[in-house]
Order: sequence, then structure tokens, then C-alpha cells
Amino acid sequence: MSRAGTIARRTFLIGSAAIAGGVAFGAYMVNRPIPNPLLDDLSEGEAAITPYVKIDASGITLITPRAEMGQGAVALQANLIAEELDIDPASATLSPGMPGRAYYNAATLEEGAAPGYDDSTSTQITRYMFGKVAKLIGLQITGGSSTTPDSFTKLRTAGAVARETLKEAAAQRTGVNRSQLKTKDGHVILPNGNEIAYTTLAAEAAQIDPVEDVTLRDPSTWRFLGKPDMKRLDMVAKSTGTEIYGIDYKVDGMVFASVCANPAIGGDIISFDATAAKAMLGVQKIVPVSGGVGVIASNTWYAIQAANAIECVWGPGAYPESSDKMWEVLETAIDNEDFFNDRMRDDGDAAVALETDDIIEAEYRVPYLAHAPMEPLNAIVLVTDTKCEIWSGVQAPLWTRDKAAALTGLDPENVHVYVQQMGGSFGHRVEIKNVEQAVEIAMAVKGTPVKMTWSREEDMTQEFPRPPAIARGRGKVSNGQVDTLDLSVSQAAVIPPWLERNSGIAMPGPDPSIGHGSWDQPFTIPNYRVTTYRVPDMVPVSTWRSVGASGNGFMHDTFMDELIHAAGADPLAERVRLCFDETSRKVIEEVGKISGWDGPSLGENRGRGVAFCMSFGVPVAQVVEVTNTTNGIKIDKAFIVADVGTVLDPKNAEAQLFGGMIYGLGHAINSELTYENYAAQQDNYHANEGLRLFQTPEFEVKILENGHHIRGLGEPGVPPAAAALGNAIFAATGQRIREMPFHKHISFV
Amino acid sequence: MEISVNGEKRQIDVAPDMPLLWVLRDELGIMGPKYGCGIAQCGACTVHVDGMAVRSCQLAIGDLAEGEVTTIEGLGTPDALHAVQEAWIEEQVAQCGYCQSGQIMQAASLLDEDPAPSDEKIDAVMSGNLCRCGTYPRIRAAVKSAATKLKEA
Repeated sequence: MSRAGTIARRTFLIGSAAIAGGVAFGAYMVNRPIPNPLLDDLSEGEAAITPYVKIDASGITLITPRAEMGQGAVALQANLIAEELDIDPASATLSPGMPGRAYYNAATLEEGAAPGYDDSTSTQITRYMFGKVAKLIGLQITGGSSTTPDSFTKLRTAGAVARETLKEAAAQRTGVNRSQLKTKDGHVILPNGNEIAYTTLAAEAAQIDPVEDVTLRDPSTWRFLGKPDMKRLDMVAKSTGTEIYGIDYKVDGMVFASVCANPAIGGDIISFDATAAKAMLGVQKIVPVSGGVGVIASNTWYAIQAANAIECVWGPGAYPESSDKMWEVLETAIDNEDFFNDRMRDDGDAAVALETDDIIEAEYRVPYLAHAPMEPLNAIVLVTDTKCEIWSGVQAPLWTRDKAAALTGLDPENVHVYVQQMGGSFGHRVEIKNVEQAVEIAMAVKGTPVKMTWSREEDMTQEFPRPPAIARGRGKVSNGQVDTLDLSVSQAAVIPPWLERNSGIAMPGPDPSIGHGSWDQPFTIPNYRVTTYRVPDMVPVSTWRSVGASGNGFMHDTFMDELIHAAGADPLAERVRLCFDETSRKVIEEVGKISGWDGPSLGENRGRGVAFCMSFGVPVAQVVEVTNTTNGIKIDKAFIVADVGTVLDPKNAEAQLFGGMIYGLGHAINSELTYENYAAQQDNYHANEGLRLFQTPEFEVKILENGHHIRGLGEPGVPPAAAALGNAIFAATGQRIREMPFHKHISFV
Repeated sequence: MEISVNGEKRQIDVAPDMPLLWVLRDELGIMGPKYGCGIAQCGACTVHVDGMAVRSCQLAIGDLAEGEVTTIEGLGTPDALHAVQEAWIEEQVAQCGYCQSGQIMQAASLLDEDPAPSDEKIDAVMSGNLCRCGTYPRIRAAVKSAATKLKEA
């Protein structure tokens, strides 16, 4: 029997259910039943529960449905549960669980609803409604820097309910009132000091009503959360070569495969000649797949060699054939009413203010960018007449399941997705073309598991990249202050085509991501207007770490910096003056303090720049110091200040911030994807490397806790980085760089 | 063909131009060395051959000859960590962790050759190993603390 109880204060409830030899604690959905993912573990009538904690005689399992891509999500989720459950998280077995709609992520949509500083009633209602939509469509996804806000209350509550229910089981066994019992390290402690292990109480706990009325512990009593020594749980494995990523996973009897697909993304294959490939050592089978050809072999290397040896005749792409032609499309769309997307900011009267001769104008460009995580995309798939099993590192496991069901003709409940550890993602693994190809190959050898691995070249040229964008700024200064900031942005849509391609859900209306990182910044400027233009879809694009803010963070803040310099104001002081959000203002002030800011000049050939961007609700300010050496720009030092409301994992949070900034700096300096004859021209790291160690500055990071909401940090470190660097280069050299990658305009050492 | 990996003799039957990386991973099931680029641009596949850091994606198995191969699994284990691995854990270097086998093998080789490398040398030697998560500040710190550990050992 499931025991949902009657408490309806929260939008979710934590309940309990019996499992073989033990008990599971997890969430009940209140408004509508959602199919349960652990069908194999829970018996008839108990399908309403979605477990976060499972305890049986053999031990404790914590279920962490947000996937690990490197951002520390698994350790965070485990520590949230463990903090209330009173166990050492390192002593528990960790499992991603099976994908389930009940593991829906409300925060990822809630954060897109409105700027992070906006807590008005209407915004709270909007966030609530967006969260409901996530629940309705069962959006189990890892992304949008949302794991922390989504999990913070949910997982601690799961831990607390489990703890109190175990205490109640001990109370009923011993006759001691529950209020007299304590817990420690996986045991209930009796007043006489005797200990009862949770594992021995599990079966009894399954037979009683769960204790649902729990009070979460005050943060001042936390033992793990927020502590400087809170460690990630994957460090030993990742430092000894024993972490198993998707590309490392083994299934008995598996064969190896690779693919070559049309470099014109989405284009057809007209014909192919695999004569030479078939004759190559180790090759077992040639399998046509959608838009390409797969090779099955006895070793991944044989498969990649053979895939490269297939002669293919490709159909054309459904987009302009070269970068030059794509830029023409972006140029046509900007400030063209036919391509209007939205105008989310229109303060004062920018049009009237700009009817003057002393306008400051600038145009900015950001290119297509590959995600290029270190682990090339891969998937192991086994297809039989009755089921399909998939082992792969994916951010959206339910969409993966549904795609495989459609390809195989199996019911979705007979498709099982086992989410694997990911060697990075940055948004790459919300796309599942690699899994679809692996399913197609596995369907040709039913009963045999196939491990399909993309070559690095295939991974980089089959990218759904970050789209390019153009921004035009027009502005005016008066009396030493910024008076008018009018920004137009033209870019292809990201969210609607991504959602439709992967889930089949059509998203009407404008794409809010085109403007993220621009109109939603917490500044008061007398005349402040941001207009976005949606260009027609070209190369299919996707979410790239920090999405719209990745480009706008550079273009919006750089233009603001240009206006501030034109006004003769101090770049840091003027940003502080313009900022209306107290939490954000303190972030800018603090980066001034830790960097010893006293103006943009640092002496001859040296300079520093400051930049600010709020994304995913997190205000981040960064200062970069550079030296203009005889051989080029050297980045000396970087300072980062962010506010996340409450820091749960300080050491990891710091790493996410400097890692995000390094990601932003590396792409700003070194990276782009360009296209000729429909194909991406950069196919490996020699042509697209991001930042290497020798270009990496020293870092100083400080995280504040003034904000009213708890936030995640996987992405917000990225957006201000390029602007801070460009602003510093201007301070050191007088040269303003308005286009990425910067190395096209200035040398770096 | 017989090769020696982590002190064990292993029999393999593959094309002589197959890179060592793919012999280790798909023939012998040794998964610590990672495939990242296949063209010696990322260093994720770094192993030691006779103690020297080598990009295993570029060493044809037919050219290995008598070379003794050490992968990260042979450098140290969770129960018996190498000093470089201890430093990596203490500094909490890894994020996704995919490049770290190669980073650690490169760092161990560097410290074997130069027990007290300068900052410039650490930057120069470690820059061949790409990390997309941006763990570089902690890699620098961990190489230095590993150097101290090895000196004290």
C-alpha cells in the first residue's frame, strides 16, 4: 500500500513504500498521477512513489535524478538528502535512478520566466505557472543551472521524512517515544546509548505511515552543506581512472560501431560506396542510418577507420551554404520589422533621445560555437523484439526514451534508459542524434549490444552549435553619465526548434533566449531599449552553456562599457550607480574591493576591465587584468564575485565560477565554427581549442549570500568573461574588440 | 603479439597500425586512458611508456616493441594512491574528470623528470593537456603540492 497522507501544503509530498526487503522514500505527485520509473522495484499498487532514498538490509541508496556532467550535481543531491537523513553521503550507494516524469524539473522553466531580480507578485505567479508546465510535460532535464534550486527543499524533505519514519519504526520496536530518539551516521540512537542501524529498521519502516510533518533543519546546524570541506564524491574515481563514463561502459557481448553522417546537418545521403570499408580488418557490417552510414566492427578504431573510408554522395543542407551567406541573413534581419521577436525593455524614449548628432554607435558579432566536451558522444544500445536498452550520458532521458520508442516501434515502457556519467556536456547532450543513430544500428543486429562512438571529427562537425548573433548599439551620454542605451540583437531561435526537435512540443511566440543577458539586466538608464530579431533557422542550433546570455553578456556589457568611457565615468562606479538591484550592486562593489579597483588603468601597457551579467538569476561581476606585451595580450589575473543566495558546496561553487569564466575566455579568444559547402570547417581541437593552461590567469573568487533565492552556478560564470577581457584590452591598448574570436583582431600570448 | 601493461603480459591480435589507445580500451578493457581527439591535441589518452608520458592515440601498437606501458590504473589505485593522485583529490581538481587521467599521467611524468618545476615549466608542459571544464587553476596548485609530497616522501 502506498501512503500518500493528506498534507497538501507543498506541491509535492514525500511518502514511503515497501520494496523487496526494505523501504523507499520519495515524492508523491499531488495533482495528477505520473507513471513511476521504478516499475521493477515496486510492486502492484505502489507505483505512485518516486524514490530518492531506498534502504534495505544491504545498505542505503540515494537517488540523484539530475545527471553528472562535471558540475557536481550528484554530490550536491546526495548531500542534501544526507544532511537530513543523518548519514555519511560517502557511505551510500548513489544511483541516477530510472528516468521518470515524476523527476520533473520545475526550476529550469521557472528561471526563464522573468529576470532573477524580479520578485513581483505577477512574476511569482509566472514562475509558478512555468513550473506547472514542466510538471505537466514531465520535463526531466539537467540544465539551466537548475539542479540546486530544484532540489534544495525537495531532497532535504525526502531525507527528513525518511529519518523521522525510521525513528518511528525504532520507537514502535522499543517502546521509546520518537521524541526521545536521536540519529547519527545511519543509526537511531536510544536514550541508553544503544544504536539501531537504519538497514535493520527498513522492513518495519515500510509497514508504518510515513512521518510527513517534518521541519527542515536550520542552516546553522548543517554538518555537510555549506562547509568549506564538503567534498565531491567522485574525486577519487576521477583521479584514479576508475570513473566509468558512457564511453567506458561495457555490456557483455557488445560490438563496436561508428558513423559518418552528412556534414550538412540534417541533409540526406544520396548514395554511398562501402566496398573498401567492407574489406577492412575488423569490419563486420555496414548499416545505413538516417543521413549517413554506420559501421559495426570488433574495435572502435576499426569502425572509425572504415567509416572514414566510405565514399558518400551527400544531399545539400537546408540552410545557406557558407558563413558569409549566413552573416548576410543576420544583417538582413537586424532592425527589420519583418523579423521582430520581442522588445522586453523600453524605458524612457530611446527614439526621441537618439534624434541628435552625437550618437555613439557600435556593432558586435559572436560566431557559431561548438560545445566540444572532452568525451565524444556515444551510446550503447541493445534492441530485441520486446525491448530496447540504452546506456548513454544524456541530459533529457525521457526524450531519449521516446525517440528510441518511435524508431523501434516499441512501447515507451519497454525502452530503458540508463543515464551514464558524462565527460562534460555544456549543453551538447540535450541533443540525442547519436543515440538515434545507435538505435538504428542496433536494430540491424537485434540481440547484440552495439557501442557507437563518434570520432572527434564527427562530434565537432555534427554539432548543434550555439548560434551566431549581431548586435547594434546606439547610445548617448550626457553630464558624465549614460543617458541612452538602445540595443538591437539578431539571432536564430534556440529554444523553440530545440524543444520541437527533441520532444515534438511546438513552442509558440517569441524565443526569450535571444534576449537573455541583455534586456533583463538590473540597470536603470533614462532611455533603455532592447529589441530582438529572430532570423530564419539556419544550421540547427541548441543550448550552449549559458544559452542567450553567452553572446549577449558580451555584446550588452561591452556597449555599456563604451558608453561609460564616452561619458568619462569610471567603469565600475557607473555600473554601480546605474544598478537598481541591491544584490547585484553589492556584487559589483565587492569585485571592486577584491580587485583593488581604482580605475581602468594599471600603468603603461596594462589595464583592467569590469563586466557584469545576471543570468539564471545569478548576478556575476568579473574583473580582468591584462598586459599588452610585445608579443600580444597576456591575461594576468581575474576576479569573480557572484551571489547565489545560499552556498551549499563552496569548493565546487568556486570551481564552477572560474571554470565558467575560463570557458567564456577561451571561446572569446580562440574559437568559432565557420561553414563552407554546408559543413563546419573546424573538426578537431587544433582548430577549436578553447583555453589552454598557459593562457589561464590567476583567479580570485568570492561568493556572496545576500540574494533571496538559492541559485545554481553551472552557467552564470560564462557570460561576463568576454566582456571583462575586451574591456581590459581597451583599457590597456585603446583598441575596442567587437567580434569573437578576439584573436582575429589582436594577438595573445 | 605480446605487450606489457601495468606489469602484466597481455596477448593481442590486431592490426599493427592500431593505436595503443584502442588496444588498451577495446581489446584489453583498460578504460583509464580516454579518447578525446585522436590527433595528439588533447592529451586525454596519455600513458607512460618506459616512464615517459606518451599520447597513446599516436603510438601504433606495432611500434611499441618491448616498451612497458603504464596506465593510470598502474600509477595508483583508490587504496594505494600515487602522490599526484593524492594532490589531485586534496585540491578537488576534477569537474567532469574526463581529461584528468591524462593530466595526472602528464604531471607524474613531469615531476619524475623535474621534481621542482618552475611555474613556467608547469604551464609549458601541462598546456598540451586540454580541459574543457577549466580546472587549470587547481591543476597548477595540485602539481605544486604533489611536488612537495614527493620531496617529503
